[in-house]
Amino acid sequence: MRRRILYWSWHYLLISLYVLFAVFPLYWLTKVALTPNDLLYSEGIRLWPSRTSLEHFRFVLTHSDFPLFFRNSLIVSCTTAVAVTLIAGACGYGLSRFRFRGKPVLVALMLITQMFPLVMLVAPMFRLLAPLGLTNSLTGLVIVYSAFNAPFATFLMQSFFDAIPKELEEAAMIDGATRFGAFRRIILPLTLPGMAATGGFVFTAAWSELLFALMLNSSPQASTFPVGLLSFVSKFSVDFGQMMAAGVLALIPACVFFLLIQRYLVRGLTAGAVKG
Amino acid sequence: MGVGHDQGETEPEVTAARRRIANGAEPYVYTAPVLILIIAVLLVPLSVGLSYAFRDIQLLDPYSGGFVGFDHFRELKADPSIRAALRNTLIWTGVSVTLQFIFGLILALLLNREFPGRRLVQALVFVPWAVPTFLVGLDWAWLFNPVVGPLPGWMFALKMTRDTNNLLADPGTALIGPIVAAIWWGIPFFAITSLAALQSIPKDLYEAASIDGAGTFRQFRSITLPLLAPTIAITILLRTVWVANFADLIVVMTNGGPADSTQTVASYIFTVAFRRLDFGYASSIAAVLLALLLVYALAILSLRRLFVQRQW
Repeated sequence: MRRRILYWSWHYLLISLYVLFAVFPLYWLTKVALTPNDLLYSEGIRLWPSRTSLEHFRFVLTHSDFPLFFRNSLIVSCTTAVAVTLIAGACGYGLSRFRFRGKPVLVALMLITQMFPLVMLVAPMFRLLAPLGLTNSLTGLVIVYSAFNAPFATFLMQSFFDAIPKELEEAAMIDGATRFGAFRRIILPLTLPGMAATGGFVFTAAWSELLFALMLNSSPQASTFPVGLLSFVSKFSVDFGQMMAAGVLALIPACVFFLLIQRYLVRGLTAGAVKG
Repeated sequence: MGVGHDQGETEPEVTAARRRIANGAEPYVYTAPVLILIIAVLLVPLSVGLSYAFRDIQLLDPYSGGFVGFDHFRELKADPSIRAALRNTLIWTGVSVTLQFIFGLILALLLNREFPGRRLVQALVFVPWAVPTFLVGLDWAWLFNPVVGPLPGWMFALKMTRDTNNLLADPGTALIGPIVAAIWWGIPFFAITSLAALQSIPKDLYEAASIDGAGTFRQFRSITLPLLAPTIAITILLRTVWVANFADLIVVMTNGGPADSTQTVASYIFTVAFRRLDFGYASSIAAVLLALLLVYALAILSLRRLFVQRQW
């Protein structure tokens, strides 16, 4: 009995440390965003400023391009998440259910795409996309982000499909269903959590990407949220309060999305993970 | 791939031969979109980028673009920044991946037991991963700043530091900042993957072991670790490669400084490309990094194969 009490007190102590470590930086971000400018430095290290105000949030929402950036980011991230989940789902299914010539090559190619610094692609990609009219366009970003995220999403989806016994769909096919019919009625419902998880991964990755958003799209009309954050850094000063307020706002959709899917994430990964 | 549109048709008049072709084409139809996408958007630009390593590409110089052979690589061999950057990359990648992994695994072990409030805790500790990395860097730079962040004061109070100066401004300690931020951001990744793997270990294994009188630690060593190992190997492999290439936090928090003390290979590539606008030289460094990471990946994969074979 005493050992159990001891164990659980350690358990809760460690858990609280983790929660504190995870939440504190976000708390600080919010605190800075709520601190009025005149107190930003004089009360910089206080845990809570003596006065709070919503002026930074108000400014960001009404006097800046942020609603536009927000909309652009939402469009890009959602489209990318849906597109990648679909094509990575198909590819993962193919890798999981078939042995075919060229399969090792395909896997090797996908691994290679994970191995180099993406900075290296900036210049070639710009030269490639500009003549196609895909710079300064949200479509261009969606295509680029889809390519970045497709390999990892494919590995993920493959592990979900691996977790579902082949016999299930074979039985359905013997009963006269086409492969697609079997896929739709049997496999799809079972992998929905996994697809939600993959979509969530891709969404957050697309939501926070900065380098290519900055390099490929220079007009504010096609800028995304992270680029917008940079716009608070002007040549002479940085308006940190507004920047942090915008940052807090940027966190909201990513966090909501992530909170919604993280349960599926663990459940979806569960069965396929150990097979590796 | 050309007969792909045939698949899915089930009219009886489809001959056996045609159906066989269609079935043979099926996996290619499923994998084609991803393949086409990564070839067109990643591998073609990658080859172009690699070709820059042998050319003189200065962004602002219209006369550049000529073929220079191995000049960049000779320059690279003599570049004193590279050796320091390689050493920093090793420290940065090694320390942050190891600690992310250890803390992530402990967190997964804690979350693997049912307790009241677990779902809320899980949601809270996973949130850092959803934070855009640029914002992560900015946030931690604030936390380490003695004027606007609490950390220097706290560390001084705990006698961890001798003064309340910004550790990001001291060449001897600056790399600690991005590493801490990377750990904060990366723990959830390892926690989620480890937790998923832990939950798939059959519970009866533990029951059998405890009937045989194995203690908690023994169970962890003889059941948990060996069964986690294959997943862990892949996760660590992908993560190491990813972290080695990851420059955002360093660029945002220290910009490689002070005095190049936090410059990793990835952030150095960034500096060369965007400060000096020398894409040719940047590409040659990236090519070297790619080669090193490929060697590393092959080593890990063959180690893993060895390990998995021994197990069964």
